[in-house]
Amino acid sequence: MTPSPEIVYLDHAATTPMVPEAVEAMAACLASVGNASSLHASGRAARRLVEEARETLASAVGARPSEVVFTGGGTESDNLGVKGLYWQRRSEDPSRRRILASAVEHHAVMDSVLWLAEHEGAVVDWLDVDSTGRVHPDTLAAAIAGNPHDVAMVSVMWANNEVGTVQPIDDLVAVARGHGVPFHSDAVQAFGQLPIDFAASGLQAMTVTGHKIGGPMGVGLLVLDRTQDLVPVLHGGGQERDVRSGTLDTPAIVGLAAAAEVAVKLRAERAERVGRLRDDLVHRVLTVVPDAVLGGDPDLRASHRLPGNAHFSFPGCEGDALLLLLDARGIECSTGSACSAGVPQPSHVLLAMGVPEMLARGSLRFSFGHTSTAADVDAVVEAIGPVVERARRAGQNGVRT
Amino acid sequence: MSGGVDSAVAAARAAEAGNDVTGVHLALSSNPASFRSGARGCCTKEDARDARRAADVIGIPFYVWDLAERFRADVVDDFVAEYAAGRTPNPCLRCNEKIKFAAVLDKALALGFDAVCTGHYARIVDSRLRRAVDEDKDQSYVLGVLSAHQVTHAMFPLGDTVKSEVRREAERRGLAVAAKPDSHDICFIPDGDTAGFLSRQLGAEPGTIVDVDGLELGEHEGAYAFTVGQRKGLRIGRPAADGRPRYVLDVSPVTRTVTVGPVEALDVRGLVGVRPVWSGPPPVVPTSCLVQVSAHGRPVPATVWTTGPALAGGASPGAERLVVELAEPLRGVAPGQAVVVYDGETVIGSATIDTTARHHHAP
Repeated sequence: MTPSPEIVYLDHAATTPMVPEAVEAMAACLASVGNASSLHASGRAARRLVEEARETLASAVGARPSEVVFTGGGTESDNLGVKGLYWQRRSEDPSRRRILASAVEHHAVMDSVLWLAEHEGAVVDWLDVDSTGRVHPDTLAAAIAGNPHDVAMVSVMWANNEVGTVQPIDDLVAVARGHGVPFHSDAVQAFGQLPIDFAASGLQAMTVTGHKIGGPMGVGLLVLDRTQDLVPVLHGGGQERDVRSGTLDTPAIVGLAAAAEVAVKLRAERAERVGRLRDDLVHRVLTVVPDAVLGGDPDLRASHRLPGNAHFSFPGCEGDALLLLLDARGIECSTGSACSAGVPQPSHVLLAMGVPEMLARGSLRFSFGHTSTAADVDAVVEAIGPVVERARRAGQNGVRT
Repeated sequence: MSGGVDSAVAAARAAEAGNDVTGVHLALSSNPASFRSGARGCCTKEDARDARRAADVIGIPFYVWDLAERFRADVVDDFVAEYAAGRTPNPCLRCNEKIKFAAVLDKALALGFDAVCTGHYARIVDSRLRRAVDEDKDQSYVLGVLSAHQVTHAMFPLGDTVKSEVRREAERRGLAVAAKPDSHDICFIPDGDTAGFLSRQLGAEPGTIVDVDGLELGEHEGAYAFTVGQRKGLRIGRPAADGRPRYVLDVSPVTRTVTVGPVEALDVRGLVGVRPVWSGPPPVVPTSCLVQVSAHGRPVPATVWTTGPALAGGASPGAERLVVELAEPLRGVAPGQAVVVYDGETVIGSATIDTTARHHHAP
């Protein structure tokens, strides 16, 4: 729920507090019995909740209800979208083995692609990005033109989780569509912040997750074009068009739908409010720490950059030292990339954008959301100067001073 | 916080004493094994999780600091280079000197912390490093390399407690690591096969095994696999003329020669150490004291003095020598080991053994 008042929570891109509507909707059905696949009255009651949620979500993302596939979250949706499309396309024509993906994808896409390359004969072309982290449509066109017939699929995220750069999805999809190549996009960060219309986008598959929009963790969607076949990752009871087996998590799905409804209804108003807070933070941090480098697109408009995203690199600092010092002052943010052992690595996103490794190591992401306030910005602006100064004294790990 | 019981209890005690404590787990390998198998090593994901859980229970922030590059350069590479040079290093001691109380301490001080607190069994009394109350667990030897500055910024909350009590306390505090076994191995050689590790690092360097008269007794695949005082694994076919067991007396990597001989030839009466470090005010020499040359060795009475210009005098680094005259012979002392000098239970300082002598040096 809402973070405790003494905590300045600016890590909404990691997860954002659940909205009361979602909590209430979930709570109302948590104790109800019924498997949505059962035929009796209890099962039908659960099924009704799931299908109502499916309709709500379809309307929220601009898709048909039959195009909404429930999953266990963003990572699963990305795995299913990438592997499922690749396997499907390869099974139709064994020469289709090339995957085109941006160099700034989330690990859920990137590592799925790498796994396919290592184990399933895929060939990967990473699409270069410019210094703001954006894929140019010409880059995609050139990559496809290399051999349009061997391309299995394209995956480019709608907006980047670390630096907030919004991709020109419409233009990119148009390029792929010209060659009949299916396109998956991870819209985990974009949905709720940007206007999303799946049908209008021309995408074949799109990833959305619950906990980034005020819904519960552990539930997400793969929005899948109804004409698009997909080889499943999870086999079993044949739920969700046989694309994703597994008992449907009724309360989570209901909570996700409630959150999505709120997210879409309040999107424009929230985006504007959050964007103003973010703009204020960016300008004031760059004033307090003049050598800080704004990562991502300097054009802060929502057409270019997620309204909630602020990303800085602080020369001579280690991201984890900055994080520790801010955490000690009750300010919660992120270095932008994490690893299972908790050891921060320079972000592949920043490196792909051409940020030097030493600078990339001193990065912080502040991400705003629906509970953010002007006081959060004030707290960061007050702390950031001394924190950067102190972190700079501590230097960078493994670097002898 | 390694993920073991000692550092967990040390952190809990430090926090309980009113300090503002932050838990830090050191990632010392860039490719940590997913799970421990058999003998336990450090810095596995399971250890990191155990440390994190302990920090949760204590209620302190917790971070993983990646010091893999520093650890490789200062500890692992140094370990290999020392063996390659025919010396016998102690990597735990090097880790304390270069990582825990240097890289970590420097970073901590810069970030605004006052001290590094560890689960070592040692005490600090009046800013002087002293042996732990638990004689069996005492780790003052591996901390003997700390300078006065490092000691000033160290905290060892377990020094006045015996290990069994630490385990009971961990249980009482609800720390799940209470029953975790002690670590004994070198953390970056979890299977305990030091010779195998060295041969993978250094490759085969075949040479001969000779007796004190130069008579060739056998062959070996690398002098670095031998340590002064070693008896087992010599693989000499022919027994000694007098039928007594033979020990490694000397390892010479340049000539790839390993010299073996009778046990009494291992007796050492004098030592010369290089790079002396004082953990408090430098002693007035010559001084009568106790010296210890290995982590679990017995302290023996000795007289020590220094030669050459002290570092503070603007001399070239490393010019100072620590000369040790032992009141009774020590057996199996290898160059590369540290000699730690004690005044009773208080650590005065240490040096790295460079040469050993069967007779006293002239003072």
